[in-house]
Amino acid sequence: MTTAPAIELKGISKAFGPVQANKDISIRVMPGTIHGIIGENGAGKSTLMSILYGFYKADKGEIFIKGYKTQIPDSQAAIAAGIGMVFQHFKLVENFTVLENIILGAEDGRWLKPSIAKARRTLLELSEDYGLSVEPDALIQDIGVGMQQRVEILKALYRQADILILDEPTGVLTPAEADQLFRILDRLRAEGKTIILITHKLREIMDTTDTVSVMRRGEMTATVKTAETSPAELAELMVGRKVLLRVDKTPAQPKDVVLDIKDLHVRDEKGVERLKGINLTVRAGEVLGIAGVAGNGQSELLEVLGGYAEGTGNITVNGQPLDLTGKYSDGQSRRAHGIAHVPEDRQREGLIMEFAAWENVAFGYHHDEAYRSGALMDNTAIREDTEGKMERFDVRPPDPKLAAKNFSGGNQQKIVLAREIERNPDLLLIGQPTRGVDIGAIEFIHQQIIALRDKGKAVLLVSVELDEIMALSDRIAVMFDGHIMGERLPSQTDEKELGLLMAGIGAQK
Amino acid sequence: MDVMPKWAEVILVPLISLLLAAVISALVILAIGEDPVAAAKLMVTGALGSTYGWGYTLYYATNFMFTGLAVSIAFHARLFNIGGEGQAALGGLGVALACLYIPWPHWSLALVGAAVAAGLFGAAWAAMPAYLQARRGSHIVITTIMFNFIAASLLNYVLVNLLRPKGSMDPASARFPDAVHLPTLHELLAPLGIAFSKSAPANVSLLVAVAACVFLWFLIWRTRLGYEIRSFGHSESAAKYAGMPPFKIIMVTMLISGALAGMMAINNVMGEAERLVLNSVEGAGFIGIAVALMGRSHPLGVFIAAILFGFLYQGGAELALWTAIPRELIVVIQALVILFTGALDNMVRMPLERMFLALRMRKEV
Repeated sequence: MTTAPAIELKGISKAFGPVQANKDISIRVMPGTIHGIIGENGAGKSTLMSILYGFYKADKGEIFIKGYKTQIPDSQAAIAAGIGMVFQHFKLVENFTVLENIILGAEDGRWLKPSIAKARRTLLELSEDYGLSVEPDALIQDIGVGMQQRVEILKALYRQADILILDEPTGVLTPAEADQLFRILDRLRAEGKTIILITHKLREIMDTTDTVSVMRRGEMTATVKTAETSPAELAELMVGRKVLLRVDKTPAQPKDVVLDIKDLHVRDEKGVERLKGINLTVRAGEVLGIAGVAGNGQSELLEVLGGYAEGTGNITVNGQPLDLTGKYSDGQSRRAHGIAHVPEDRQREGLIMEFAAWENVAFGYHHDEAYRSGALMDNTAIREDTEGKMERFDVRPPDPKLAAKNFSGGNQQKIVLAREIERNPDLLLIGQPTRGVDIGAIEFIHQQIIALRDKGKAVLLVSVELDEIMALSDRIAVMFDGHIMGERLPSQTDEKELGLLMAGIGAQK
Repeated sequence: MDVMPKWAEVILVPLISLLLAAVISALVILAIGEDPVAAAKLMVTGALGSTYGWGYTLYYATNFMFTGLAVSIAFHARLFNIGGEGQAALGGLGVALACLYIPWPHWSLALVGAAVAAGLFGAAWAAMPAYLQARRGSHIVITTIMFNFIAASLLNYVLVNLLRPKGSMDPASARFPDAVHLPTLHELLAPLGIAFSKSAPANVSLLVAVAACVFLWFLIWRTRLGYEIRSFGHSESAAKYAGMPPFKIIMVTMLISGALAGMMAINNVMGEAERLVLNSVEGAGFIGIAVALMGRSHPLGVFIAAILFGFLYQGGAELALWTAIPRELIVVIQALVILFTGALDNMVRMPLERMFLALRMRKEV
C-alpha cells in the first residue's frame, strides 16, 4: 500500500492553561475508511477535531492532508483542504430553505440567483451519487432532525469535502434515523470519502468503523482495527480498568402507587403544548423508564414534577395532590412531599458551578433544620455532612471547599446524587443520570439507582440513552411529541420496537 | 483549581490596574503641559495631608460606601441597579421629611429615624423597577436609569412647590432643627483628645456606613437569604430548580439595594447640608457602580474602593483649586481608574495568570 493517508497527525499537543487537552497525539486515517474516535467526555476528542478544523491552533505537532503538510489556521483553510465538519449542534439558519443554507458562505458572486440555480443542479447530482435525498426548497424549521443532519452533510459535500468529521452525530436521532445515517456513511465510504466518527457509544463504533482510536485524558491510548477488538476491550481502554457494562439487578417487587399522573398538559412559554395528556403511574420499588428522543416533552415532565413549570391535570404523590401552578417556590413543597430530583442538566440546574461542593450539598435543602440556625446557614454542619457524603459516594477529590466547576462530570453528578438520594425520598426523579459521565462512574450511579429501588422507593428515570433505559427500567414508557406512545416491559420488547415508538410510529401490538 | 493565589487576585490585580491608570493620567497631565509629580503631590497632601483633607475624603467615602454596597448586593443577584442616583435622591426626601416634621429629642434617635425614612424612600423607589423586572421582564438597567430622571423631576417639584419656605428664592427645604444636627468627626474625636478639623463634613454617618459594610457581608455570606441571592445571581435556572422564587429574590434584593442607596442621605443631607437642596446626590449614585466594580462586590472591597474614590474626589477638587489643571481632568482620571479596574480587568489578569502558571510549572518540573 503506497497511498498516502487522507489525514495524518503527528505529535499534536494542546494545552488550555494548566489542562493538557491533547498530549502528543498521532493518528493516520486511510482514504475510503471510517475511522472512529472514542473516549469519555473531556478526553480531548473535540479539541483534537477543533484543531483539525482550524478552531484552535496546536501548541506542537504537524498535520498532513493527503500526504502534504498543511497549516490550518482557520475553518476556511480546513474547507480548502477538503475537510467538512458536521457538528453535534447544527449550524443551520432555521428560517432559510435547504438550498439557501447549503450555499451560505459559499456563494459564487454578488447575486444570489445564479448561485442558487447552480446549487440546485449540484444538489441533484449529490443526491443521486450518495442517495442523500432532500427537499431543496423546504425550510429548515419544517424538516426533521435527521433531515437537518443530512443538510449538514450536503453542505460539506457541496464544498467538495472528501474528509468528513462527524461529532456525536446520533445524539439527537432516533435509532431508525441513526441507522439511516450509517447507511449514508457506508455509501460515502464506498464512493471514496474518508470519515471520522467521534462518539462515546461503543455500539456505533463496533457497527460502522474500520479502525478505531481510543482517547483517554488527552492521550491516544490505542488505535486498533475494529474487527479485531471487542466492546469490553474498548471500554477498558477508555477507562483504564475493567468495567461492568451490564447492571446486576433482581426482578422488581412493585408495591403501592407512589406517583400517579392523570391527564397532564403543559404549555411552554410560547404557548406551544409540550405535554398533551400524559397518564403514568410509578409504584414503590420499581423504576419506570421514559424513553424518547430529546425534546419530546421529557424535560417538561420533569420540570412540572419538580415544581418549577406550570401544568394542568392531576398529580398525586402517596395519595396527596400536588399543586401544579408551578410558581417556582413549589420546589420547596415538592421536597417536603418526599420528592427528590436529579435534573437533566446538572450544570444548568442541579449545581451552582461557582459554589463550593458544600454549598451545593445544601442546594434546595438550605431551609432544612439540620443545615440552618435561625436565619443563618449552619456552614459547619453542612461542611461536615458534605465530607460524609463525599466519602460515601466516592467523590474525588473529597474536598468540600472545591468549586463544583472543578470536579469532573462524573463527580459533579455524584454530588447531586448524594444530595438527592441521601434524602431517602419516596420518589426519585432522575433525568439523564449518566450524560457526560465517565464509564467508571456510570457503573456506580446505576448501582445507586437500583439500590434505592430495592429499598422500596419509586424511581422515574428519563434518558435518551436507550441502552440505559433497557438496563435499568422495570417498565418502559415511550414519549413522542408530548404523548406516551405506549408502555412495554423490557423483557418483552427490543430496541427496534422502542425505536419505532420513539419515532411516533404507533403501537403494532 | 484556581490559577492565581488569592492574595494576587484580591490585591495584586487591582493594584497594578491602579498603577496603570496613574501612569496614563500622568501622561495626560504631561500632555496639557503640567507637572504630573507636582499634581500627584498636591492631590495626596490635599486629600490626606491634613485632618481637613481626611475629613472631606471620608465624607465622600461615606457616600460611596452606601451607593457601592447598593450596587454590590444587586450584582450578587445579577441585577444591575443603575438607579442609585435616584434612590439616594428619594432617600434625601425621606430624611428631610423625618427631620423637618418630627420633633426629635436627641440626634441619635433622629439618626435612627432618618435612616429608616431614607431606607424606606430609597427602597420604595427601587421597588417599582424591581416589580417591572420580576413580573414584566422590563430590563432593570433601563427602568432604573429612567427612574433617575423621574426622581430628579420629582425632587425639583417637591422642593420648588412644597418644601421651599415661603419667601425663599432658593429651591431648597428649610434648615433642619438643631436637635437633629449629627456630630462631626471633630465633635466625636474631641473628647478623646484627638484634634480633628472643625470645618470638614465627615460625621457619624461614617460609622453607619462601616456598619452597613459588616451587615452586608453577613447578609451575603452567612444568611439563607444571601445564599438564595447568590444562587439566583449565578444561575436563575438552578435557583428555580431549588425552589427559590425569582420574584421574591428580585424584589428583596432590590429593596435592600434601594434602601442602602437611600441611606446615603443621612450623610450628605442630614450630616452635611442639614437641609435638602437640588441635586444633593452629585453623582455619587454613579460612582457607586465604579466602587462596586472595583471592590468586586465584596463589602471589604467596597470599603477600600470607596476610600480610594473619596481620595480622588477630594484630591481632584484640590487640584482644580490650586493649579491650572481644569476640573474636567479629574473626571478623566476617575474615568481611567474605572476603565482599568473595571472594564480592562482581564488585561491585567491574563498576563498575571500566565506568569503564575509558568512559575508553578517550573516548580513542578
